[in-house]
Amino acid sequence: MTSDKLSFSLDGSPGEKQTLYLSGRLSIEYLDKMLSLIEELFREKRPAEIIVDLKDVTYMDSAGALFLLELEHRAANESIPVNLLNMSFKEKGILDLIDRQSLKEETILTEKRGQGIVEQIGYGAIDFLNDIKNVVSFTGTIIIKLFSSVFHLNTIRWGDVITCMKKTGVDGLPIVGLISFLLGLIMAFMSSLQLKQFGANMFVPSLVSIAMIKELGPIMTAIIVAGRSGSAFAAEIGTMKVNEEVDALITMGFDPVKFLAIPKVFAAMVVVPFLTIFSDLFAIFGGLVVGVLGLDLTIHTYIQQTMKAMKIFDIVTSLIKAVVFAVLIAGIGCQRGFEVKNSAEEVGSATTSAVVSSLFIIIVVDSMFAIVLSYLK
Amino acid sequence: MSNKDAVIVVEGLTVRFGDDLILDNVSLEVYRGEVFVILGGSGCGKSTLLKHIIGLYEPAGGRVIINGIDMTAADDNKLRQVRRDMGMLFQSSALLGSMTVFENIALPLKEYTDLSDRAIRLMVRMKLAMVGLSGYENHFPSELSGGMKKRAGIARAMALDPTILFFDEPSAGLDPVTAAELDLLIKNINNGIGTTMVIVTHELESIFNIAQRVIMLDRGEKGIIAEGDPMRLRRESTDPRVRNFFNRHIAEHLIEGA
Repeated sequence: MTSDKLSFSLDGSPGEKQTLYLSGRLSIEYLDKMLSLIEELFREKRPAEIIVDLKDVTYMDSAGALFLLELEHRAANESIPVNLLNMSFKEKGILDLIDRQSLKEETILTEKRGQGIVEQIGYGAIDFLNDIKNVVSFTGTIIIKLFSSVFHLNTIRWGDVITCMKKTGVDGLPIVGLISFLLGLIMAFMSSLQLKQFGANMFVPSLVSIAMIKELGPIMTAIIVAGRSGSAFAAEIGTMKVNEEVDALITMGFDPVKFLAIPKVFAAMVVVPFLTIFSDLFAIFGGLVVGVLGLDLTIHTYIQQTMKAMKIFDIVTSLIKAVVFAVLIAGIGCQRGFEVKNSAEEVGSATTSAVVSSLFIIIVVDSMFAIVLSYLK
Repeated sequence: MSNKDAVIVVEGLTVRFGDDLILDNVSLEVYRGEVFVILGGSGCGKSTLLKHIIGLYEPAGGRVIINGIDMTAADDNKLRQVRRDMGMLFQSSALLGSMTVFENIALPLKEYTDLSDRAIRLMVRMKLAMVGLSGYENHFPSELSGGMKKRAGIARAMALDPTILFFDEPSAGLDPVTAAELDLLIKNINNGIGTTMVIVTHELESIFNIAQRVIMLDRGEKGIIAEGDPMRLRRESTDPRVRNFFNRHIAEHLIEGA
């Protein structure tokens, strides 16, 4: 292999015929040099005719061909004749590969279809409103289909429901348990620092249990499920869209929502309340550890105090909340997945948006619950 | 044959997926500047062989030597050097969906050279002109048809003027006219630049059109059952599997069963 560098020499006085002797490699690493050579040639020599001698060229790649074409193109613009001498068979082959006419073609789309700030705000608002509409209508669709599935239990794909219950529930239990345990531990510890001063340690168990059952248990569980499973639903369905698997389902006469979304929503509805119960229990256990080790409470007193603070109404409403969260998380996850059209990038943004929208809606719905329940009591 | 310059040498390549033996002790050579076609029925390991040659997977046994460098033992630097010298067109084109056609083709240019933006723009425009896609710089891959994606994929594979180009089923999923155009493009590139081409395909039309030498793999044999000029193989091969393939015959036991 030759590794000789590109070198060139120009022959001829300014304004007259120029002969350009090229030798060595006309290759991509010298492209910038070659392009500036063209500039120099036209600027300084103002040639009347150009002759390019390729006798000593050892290697030419497509960048070299590009150089020759650029030279021809520039010369043609100023109607200067160009002659290529001693071109080898191979070099001619490369030159012939490039269609000179199409090289000059205009780009069909203008670069970076950019928008002004007003346009961007407008499109952003439209997207946002459309998004809300889509989520609401999709959640509606899911609820209708859930009801119809409940009346036709044999149409539910139970195999998928079981797998999904395992993935969302059983596999999610360790992380839900750990986070709730630590949450209970921290709550008990931090509150005891304050309550100790008043000798009110006795209230730590009820504080932990009320906070967990009424608010934090359902919310923490929902957040973890949104992060673990809502995102997974969006990614799974999104990838299926990219691979045309969803189209295949439609072609075979399946309803993709019923086939893909309903089992997931159904599974989430079953397991999220259970996860919430586990979350409450682990948090109470965390509080108990602090109570027994740090506050000189006996296990018996701690449990007794906890039981006293629990109300059936709170437990039932917290479980209802968990079911509602489950439908929303799974529904939004699936909806984001179905919105993917055909690229890997969209799967990524669908996954992100599934989690973010779920978190947002969880907070909104939770506030609504808080207000409604305070009037109900 | 032996005096020719072998750019790819495969020695005793064995491929296993778990307990499944896919290819057993396959050896072949590809010579500089030829159009070499790997063919065979579905599931015989054609694409697998190709992916092992370009070093995407590690073989269970044997060696692959490209331009004198052993791919199975090379360090990252050497691999980079070899990879700069080869381009691959994937079955699904594998253009990066988040980038425009221009950015896709400019990617290897920016990574491997330190050209100015103007030079890169000219190079990309030229590559697009070579594959007949002039004007499509700012399209996203999702806005292109299947045939155009393949062309853009070829332009990207050729961005650095590789000496070896690999094609995985270039005409799969294309209409006969587009497929024929693609064959012509492959032929022209081979004639013009002298790029060595390694193509996996089972389109008979393409094979007779572009192949200078073929090898045929067989699932049962787990290796090569025939090698040579496709026209001659069709005429002269005594192996029924080869004859069936080239004449589009169904294997005899299937006909009897019908």
